[in-house]
Amino acid sequence: MMKKFFSASYLVLLLVMLYAPILIIAIYSFTESKVLGNWTGFSTELYSSLFTGGVNNSLIDAIKNTFIIAFVAATVSTLLGTIAAIGINDLKYRKKRVMNFVNNIPILNPDIITGISLFLLFVSLGITQGYTTVILAHIAFCTPYVVLSVMPRLMQMNPNIYEAALDLGATPYQAMRRVIIPEIRPGMISGFILAFTLSIDDFAVTIFTNGTDGLQTLSTYIYADARKGGLTPELRALSTIILVVVLVLLVVVNYRSYRQAKLAEEQQQQLKLKK
Amino acid sequence: MKLFSRRRNLALPYAIFLGIMVVVPMLLIIIYAFMGKGGGFSLENFERFINQPEAANTFIYSIGIALITTIICIVLGYPAAYILSRLNASLAKVVVLLFIIPMWVNVLVRTLATVALFDFMSLPLGEGALIFGMVYNFLPFMVYPIYNVLQKMDHSLIEAAEDLGATPRQVFLRVVFPLSTPGIVSGIMMVFMPTISTFAIAELLTMNNIKLFGTTIQENINNGMWEYGAALSFIMLIIIGITSLFTDSSDENAANEGLL
Repeated sequence: MMKKFFSASYLVLLLVMLYAPILIIAIYSFTESKVLGNWTGFSTELYSSLFTGGVNNSLIDAIKNTFIIAFVAATVSTLLGTIAAIGINDLKYRKKRVMNFVNNIPILNPDIITGISLFLLFVSLGITQGYTTVILAHIAFCTPYVVLSVMPRLMQMNPNIYEAALDLGATPYQAMRRVIIPEIRPGMISGFILAFTLSIDDFAVTIFTNGTDGLQTLSTYIYADARKGGLTPELRALSTIILVVVLVLLVVVNYRSYRQAKLAEEQQQQLKLKK
Repeated sequence: MKLFSRRRNLALPYAIFLGIMVVVPMLLIIIYAFMGKGGGFSLENFERFINQPEAANTFIYSIGIALITTIICIVLGYPAAYILSRLNASLAKVVVLLFIIPMWVNVLVRTLATVALFDFMSLPLGEGALIFGMVYNFLPFMVYPIYNVLQKMDHSLIEAAEDLGATPRQVFLRVVFPLSTPGIVSGIMMVFMPTISTFAIAELLTMNNIKLFGTTIQENINNGMWEYGAALSFIMLIIIGITSLFTDSSDENAANEGLL
């Protein structure tokens, strides 16, 4: 009994430590004060100014850029990564090993190394850095994760299905679209979500590839802001919104998988009863 | 057979992409690292690193901070992972999620929130804040892989040990802990490596008073000293290579699972 109490309170204590800073942000998103930690009465001003454009344009631009870059990078990564995974899965021995090895490099590399290496690439090729280079860089570090999330699905797949489709007269394109893609769709979706969140969260790679024209994403905006000495108050509201959205999404996803698991269980039990 | 070769060819675009965007950039780091001021091969960047106490000191200091962070994460994270693995499955799933959710808040916002927390409790910013911030940022990366390994552990092994008369202490030290080392190893990889390479976080947590190796690299690149910056990156790559030598390929799966 005592042991249970101690272990439960240990977990609670750790979670409190993890959530304390975030809670402070959430609480102080409901007050107008410029400085975090200074309560000047309840207000939803930060939220309304975030949506009505009361904030300076550069923050709005940064938010827009973040989402555009994340969307483009995640879409391209998902397409490129899925096609690549299908190809790699069909490669033999050494080529497969080499591809998997190179695919792992961006995953194992620290962000700063990925960022610097791409910076050196763009500089050496004389490419002006801006939107294109940031998107290319994001595709470069997101695609390997897509490959990794699609690959297990392909390996689980019965290889004969694809050939059966071909034998039955499907063109390779049809077989791909009607047979392979439906099988690996869950992997593609989780790959897309992963790529999207990685792109939104990225700071280190973006800061080395965004050039000098003042292209800002949320992360680089916050960094520049913090160096100037403070966080734009509206960011507290934005962070709170992001957190709530993530929480709701997670609850929905988990509730759905919980219900599906339960349904499957019930079906199995019914089958057993029939037997 | 013709069709077969076509499916295989689908790997080609990505192979080219990886070549340009991953292999060539990594080679560029090495080329720049060994390039002298006038171009051409030279070791001057590395000589400069050794002769310039500032960069070398920052390097050693960063390794120290990364080690302390990693140790604290193990000490705090292992018990948490152990307790989690003992909870019933659905509750454990929820608590694990609770550990991961803060990761969705932007790292820099989280770090600034830590600064606010220290201000709030009127604690000074500095080394203490730096280590707290690092542990705060990376603890979930330690808990998750250890939890994963502990949770998949074959319970009959523990029962066998108990049946053979081991005390709970012995069961833990002789059975559970040794079996969970792959989790600890991938946790170390996922905490030590990012800690040693962070920049920005340290600046914000110490009001620019303490510099970590990542910051030094960034400053050099920003100031146009690409060769020296590349050499410092190369040194970091070697450290990472050495760290990953301690972890054999069998742990790769654990690391990947932890990441995803």
